[in-house]
Amino acid sequence: MRLPHRRITLAVLLVLGVVALVPHRTRAQDPKVINITAKRFEFSPNQITLKKGEPVKLLLTSSDVVHGFFLKPLKIDEIIEPGKTTEVNLTPQTAGTFLLICDHFCGVGHANMNMKVIVE
Amino acid sequence: MTFDRRSFLKISGAALGIGVLYQVAPLASAEASETFRLLGRHSGEAVTPFSFIQLSDAHVGFSGPPDPLGTKAFERAVEMVNALPHQPDLVLFTGDLTHDSEDKDVHAKRMQNFREIAGRLKTKKLMCVPGEHDAGLDGGALFRENFGPTNYSFDHRGVHFIALDNVSRAKPEVGAEQLAWLKKDLARFSKSAPIVVFTHRPLFDLKPEWEWFTIDGDDVMNALTGYENVTVLYGHIHRDDEHHEGHAHHYAARSLIFAFPEPTAPVKKPYPFDKDQPFKRLGIRVLSAAPKQPLAVQDVELTLREYSGLNGIQQILKTPTL
Repeated sequence: MRLPHRRITLAVLLVLGVVALVPHRTRAQDPKVINITAKRFEFSPNQITLKKGEPVKLLLTSSDVVHGFFLKPLKIDEIIEPGKTTEVNLTPQTAGTFLLICDHFCGVGHANMNMKVIVE
Repeated sequence: MTFDRRSFLKISGAALGIGVLYQVAPLASAEASETFRLLGRHSGEAVTPFSFIQLSDAHVGFSGPPDPLGTKAFERAVEMVNALPHQPDLVLFTGDLTHDSEDKDVHAKRMQNFREIAGRLKTKKLMCVPGEHDAGLDGGALFRENFGPTNYSFDHRGVHFIALDNVSRAKPEVGAEQLAWLKKDLARFSKSAPIVVFTHRPLFDLKPEWEWFTIDGDDVMNALTGYENVTVLYGHIHRDDEHHEGHAHHYAARSLIFAFPEPTAPVKKPYPFDKDQPFKRLGIRVLSAAPKQPLAVQDVELTLREYSGLNGIQQILKTPTL
């Protein structure tokens, strides 16, 4: 049995409409992307603000030596190597203000290399 | 037969003004004598009285506003130890002997300067572990050239000392290889053996966001689980601190350069230099144990003679435990 041409057109339009809606909803759930650069002895930016319960993707790069990226309350413990991008996906569940540190010794100013992470 | 394990040793700190003096002495009771006889059998040597010093964080080569006096506090500490009526058997140095430099030759000279000052000690048994400022840039190569391995152990008069390195791997960790070594090292001792671990960073989470922790510190302490008489001495935090958890007692020594605030402070910023009290907060910890009593801990802040009169040194010389 052959479907009438008009019905097929309606079906196609319906499918297209659904498809058009799905990406819209998916985009709303896409993680926020934040690029962070490490260099002796600072992170740039040196402060980020995240939303509790909302996923975020951190893309980490180093412009000089190996650095650490450590924040125990958010279970972050990464190494940032020059020439590579380290991806960190997280959904913070605890609101607060935290101090993230470089925990890979990177030189005489290492102890002061940190960034503030605010979770609202 | 049961023992109060804290009564095995009399560990008492003395008023040195800088650093910490620990005194180890068996107790006089018959029970304690039996305990020490057993300990001697386990460790191969009976515990006999002795004292030792912990110094930390001289940062030789550091120059900056928190302490414009350079090595003065370290030099004074050496003088004060040498002035003790009874010389300690050992001096333990818990890291950051030097302040780091990107210039290898400069760092090497700083290490030589440290050795020259430490060489003035009458006590010649100086046992060191590195801090991250000694070993962070070169993985401990310069330290090993001067002092040998960065982790080791030895027995002294019935007490087992373990030097742990939690700075040479760039990350604040001991690492799997050293953990395996530690477990093997401990295996020959009975659970009642007196053990003193000395290291640079705290082996517990004192304040991770200030890097006052060791990532695998829990693994170290788990390896020591069951050992009933464990004392951990460390530096790094430039202030006194004590922490008691389960079987272990952790003590930080003050630094010989400048002091940091307490861990509850909002910012890790050195206390500013006070020209009227240049070595303020470079005091000492006094520890003493008595049979069936918890460790008594006294924290004494002193100043240095040439800047603040004779009170400090007189207090030291009157201390009966010396």
